[in-house]
Formats: sequence, C-alpha cells, structure tokens
Amino acid sequence: MDFQVWDFPGHLDYFDPAFDVDNIFEEIGALIWVIDAQDEYLEAIMRLNTTILNLQHSYPNINVEVFVHKVDGLSEDYKGDTFRDIIQRVQDELSDHGYENAPVSFYQTSIYDHSIFEAFSKVIQKLIPQLPTLEALLNSLCSTCHIEKAYLFDIMSKIYIATDTSPTDIGSYEICSDYIDVVIDVSEIYGWDRPAENGRTEIQETGNNDAESLITMERKGNNYLYLREINKYLALICLMGDDSPAEKKAVIDYNVGVFQAALKQVFPRAEREVIVPVTSPS
Amino acid sequence: MNTGKRQKQRKVLLMGKSGAGKSSMRSIVFSNYVAKDVRRLGATIDVEHSNIKFMGNLMLNLWDCGGQDGFVENYLTHQRAHVFGSVAVLIFVFDIESREFQADVISYSNIIRALEECSPTAKVFVLIHKMDLVQARLRVQLFEERTEYIRTASEGFRDSVEFFPTSIWDQSLYKAWTQIIYFLIPNARSIEGLLQQLAEVIDARELILYERTTCLMVTHVTRGLETNNPFTDRFERISSILKTHKQSMAKHTGIPAGSANFAEMQIKTGRFMFFITRLTENTNLAASIPPSEQVFNAARVNILLVRPKFAELDIASKPRPGIQQA
Ligand SMILES: Nc1nc2c(ncn2[C@@H]2O[C@H](COP(=O)(O)OP(=O)(O)OP(=O)(O)O)[C@@H](O)[C@H]2O)c(=O)[nH]1
Ligand SMILES: Nc1nc2c(ncn2[C@@H]2O[C@H](COP(=O)(O)OP(=O)(O)O)[C@@H](O)[C@H]2O)c(=O)[nH]1
Ligand SMILES: [Mg+2]
Repeated sequence: MDFQVWDFPGHLDYFDPAFDVDNIFEEIGALIWVIDAQDEYLEAIMRLNTTILNLQHSYPNINVEVFVHKVDGLSEDYKGDTFRDIIQRVQDELSDHGYENAPVSFYQTSIYDHSIFEAFSKVIQKLIPQLPTLEALLNSLCSTCHIEKAYLFDIMSKIYIATDTSPTDIGSYEICSDYIDVVIDVSEIYGWDRPAENGRTEIQETGNNDAESLITMERKGNNYLYLREINKYLALICLMGDDSPAEKKAVIDYNVGVFQAALKQVFPRAEREVIVPVTSPS
Repeated sequence: MNTGKRQKQRKVLLMGKSGAGKSSMRSIVFSNYVAKDVRRLGATIDVEHSNIKFMGNLMLNLWDCGGQDGFVENYLTHQRAHVFGSVAVLIFVFDIESREFQADVISYSNIIRALEECSPTAKVFVLIHKMDLVQARLRVQLFEERTEYIRTASEGFRDSVEFFPTSIWDQSLYKAWTQIIYFLIPNARSIEGLLQQLAEVIDARELILYERTTCLMVTHVTRGLETNNPFTDRFERISSILKTHKQSMAKHTGIPAGSANFAEMQIKTGRFMFFITRLTENTNLAASIPPSEQVFNAARVNILLVRPKFAELDIASKPRPGIQQA
C-alpha cells in the first residue's frame, strides 16, 4: 500500500485536528498527506501530484502538508535522500504545470518520537494569522517572569499553537506535554459531577474556573512547571527557571492575567470552525 | 504490636515459572522502569534481593527468585529452610499465556507445600499475569477458571489465598501491589485513624498516603460525597499517573528517576483543588479538597503541623493525642 489513512494509533488517539482545533483558525484549511517512507512511494507521489494539481485549480489557498512518515526505520543517510527525492519529484511535477509557488510543505515524521506533534504544530501555526502577535506576547511574558520556555497548547491534541521565539527542544516540549496529561487525568478523577453539597454551595465561588497547576521540584535549581488554562481549548504551560516559585507566584499570576486579556483581543470570537481533513487515498 | 524502634523486616518471596514476568513487575514497581524497558531484562539467576523501606518501620525484603527449573529444584531441596523460612508473603506469578498450565500448577503445589512446612502463617497472593494478551471479553472468565483450579492446589492456604489479574501495561499492576503492601503495613489502622482526623480538620474530600519511590498507596480516607466518586480505580490510576510523571521528569531533566521528586504539586480548578506534598521520609500525601483558596491554605498549614505525628508513627505505635486545628 502506498498511502496510509492516518488513524492515530493507540495513545495518540485524541489527536484528531478535525474537531480539536476548531477554534484556532479561520476559514482556511490544510490537507495533510501521509507517505510511508518505508514503502515504495512512486505511485503514491503520482496520486499526490494529481491531487495537488486539482486543488490548485479550485482551492489554490489550501496548504498541502506532506508527512513523510515512518522515517524512524531508515538510516540517517537514506532518510535524507528519500526526503529530498520525494520533494524533488513533487516540485518537478508542479513546475511542469506552472504551479511552482503552490503552498506545499514537507515534514519527516514518526510516531516513535515527538516529530509528529512538531509537524502538526507547524501545520496548525501556519493557519493562524495571529501567530506573530502570539509570539510577541509570549516573548514578553517570558522576559517579565524569567520563564525559560512558554508554550500555548491545544489541550486535547497537545499540539502547541505558539511558543516564544527562543530555541525549542524536544525535551521541553515533551515535559510540557506529559504534564498536561497529569493535569487532565487528575482533573478527570476529581472533577466528576457531584451533586450540590447542601448548605455549602457558597464555597464554590472562590475557586478560579480556569484550571491552574504548579509543580515545584525537590532539588533547588531544577526547573519547575506552571500551567494555566486560558480557555476551554488552550493552556499556557511554562518551564520556569531557578528562582523560588513562592516569591514569584504573584508576579506570574498577574502577568499571565495580562497575557490572557491580550489573548482575548487577539481571538475576540470564541468559536471558529475549520476542518483539516487528514487523508490519503488508498 | 511493634513497640520500640526496631525495624520490622518482612520477607516477600516472588516466584513463578521463568518468563512469567516477575522481574518485569519488580523493576517497574520498585526500580522506575517503564513497561517497554523490561524487554531488556535477562532471566534471573538464582535470587535477586531488594530492600524497600516503607513508612519508616516497615522494611520490605523482596526475594525475586529465578524461575528456571534448576533453580526451583534447588530452592525446594538444599535451600529449603533458607528460602521458605520466616516468609511473610509469597507472591506467585502465573503467565496466562503459558502452554503448560498443568505443569505450572504442579510446580506451584510443590512450592506451597514447602511454604506450609517452613512458614505456615505466611500469606499467599497469586497473580495471573500478562492479562493484556487475552482478548478483553474473555478475561474475566479465563481468570475465574484459572483461579478456581489454582485454589484447589493451594493446600493449607486454600481459603486465604488471594488472586489478582495483572499486566505491566495497565494499572492492574498497581492494584495488586497496593493490596499486597496494605497487607504488610504493620500499623495500617493507626495510620488510617490519624489520616481520618487530619481529613476532618482540613475538610478534605479525600486523602491518599503513598510511598514516594514506588508511588504505591499505603492507605486513603474518603469523606462525604467523594465516596460516590465514579472512578473506583482512581487509587491505582493515581499511582500510575504519578509514576509516569516521575519518569518523564527524569528523562528530560537528566535527574535519576530515583530522585526526580517534586516538592509540591498543586492543581486548582473550579470543581476541586488538589495538592501533593511530602508527609514523612518515605511518604507523600495527596489531598483532594473543595475549591476554596481558604480551605487550600489552611490545609497546607495543618499538614505541615501534623508531620511530626506521622513521623512518630514511623517509629512506634503507642497512643497519641489527637490532631488539633491550627
Ligand atoms: N504481554 C506482556 N508481557 C509481559 C508482561 N510482563 C512481563 N512480560 C514479558 O515477559 C518477559 C519475561 O519477563 P521477566 O520479568 O524477565 O520474567 P521472570 O519471571 O523474571 O523470569 P525468570 O527471571 O527467568 O524467572 C519479558 O520479556 C517481558 O517483556 C505483561 O504484563 N504483559
Ligand atoms: N516504524 C514505524 N511504524 C509505524 C509508524 N506509524 C505507524 N506505524 C505502523 O504502521 C502500521 C500501519 O499503521 P496504521 O496507522 O494502522 O495505518 P493506516 O492503514 O494508514 O491507518 C502499524 O503496524 C503501525 O504500528 C512510524 O512512525 N514508524
Ligand atoms: Mg526474573
């Protein structure tokens, strides 16, 4: 089989952008194609080319995102060669038809590391016209609060829709993404619908409605983590530096509040609807 | 019971056929392995010992006994008294996929007889392991069939032996081990009494006391509406969540998993507040409380104040004055 229908195996299951990232971008969509890099891909590329040409004809604005998948099984050299070969073949075909500027991008992905999340994050980020604004907001948050790295995560998919512009590394992404799991799992266990406790409903009003979480590590000098739900879909997750959180907590809370308010102006409307089909014909 | 500062050593035998999954379990529960790491384990040669300190005065002395025929033969003959003497608990692991179930049961019987002879008061737990390999709809039935058959081969332990279905790929592992640990804790009742008082003072919905390295629950108290929490498997889920988090922190920060401990974790939402903090040398306390900053702050202060009481429990279990509100 040349193409795969992406089915998000096992633990990546909840990662279906068709319903998760609804509110993130405007009416633009992207088409994600998955090519099995471990298999014969010539025919797959022919089909991909046909599709891109069709799209160029009727929907020239749709981004075509090609995931060269399962690269984990290939040697470093072979991986690079395969990747370049695929890009070359697609681009030759497009320029033959005069579409050399078609919005087609390529990513190397595998489910055995976080590359697939990274690729998805980039795909999504392209569809967010406000990205530069978000980055600027995150940068300023980081510098005021001495935050090492801040991500704006889509909670359910664990794709990040923006991060500050300091260099990203796999480790910090994975810590933050695992941390979301902890918060989601605990929230599921204790956030069940309990009937109103009679006569004691007044305590409900004090807790803030957006979930907030903090982990401090035992050893001084180690990073600690901060999470704040921004709205139903988004969470801000920060990897903090060395200073004691107790002293900084108020400062962080304040600045995150400012960030949250700014974000509301960036995304004035709460609900948006865009579908990103993840397909590939078999 | 146990007065004085003497440590209580409890010998635990881990036995079963070679490849049944004994060392896999041990490495995950006690040594911070993740499930996929266990493929690297080789067969255990003879016996591997490990000591785990729980709640101060409980020292778990775990004997992981290699299951190849030659070794077992040796345990039953030359080393009989050495291996089967003064055993508190025998954990026997059956591989659900084994093609020689009859032979496994015969070997189990031999071991049971040796145990009855040398440590008649021991407790036996049987784990029917690798349940993940069985189709979900067949699991309950198969487990019950095996259980019944093994029980009849349990000699003098027939009425007291307890069975658990387990797999290293889900939280069933934690469920079984939590029960085993609970059985071994000498002063579980007094700990629970103290926890119950604490829960009332701080108005907690639930308190969970767990051991820091293994993330296994020692005990818990649940109050009021929380007793209706639909997630009845939440204790083993929490063990598993915390263990996974510990491993994630270790992996990405380069701190050894053994010391990737957090000082505190807090989660605050509109529906509940939750925090975990250290209670004694070897235990952490997880508390779920109503969503109120006031309750939250008071709870943290009160827990800080009761620490010495629990530390004392670590050492001796004599009567103590109750907990007063801060
Ligand atoms: N599917 C599945 N495989 C498991 C499970 N637990 C262990 N295994 C596999 O079983 C194999 C043998 O595990 P070990 O833990 O080394 O077996 P052992 O009982 O210690 O064997 P001896 O040391 O020779 O007595 C390992 O390769 C594990 O991957 C489980 O819950 N499910
Ligand atoms: N080596 C490798 N195998 C993968 C990767 N992603 C999926 N697979 C394997 O490819 C097979 C088919 O995957 P599946 O998602 O069911 O394909 P579909 O037919 O396109 O839905 C499964 O056995 C997966 O384990 C990857 O990144 N690397
Ligand atoms: Mg072994």
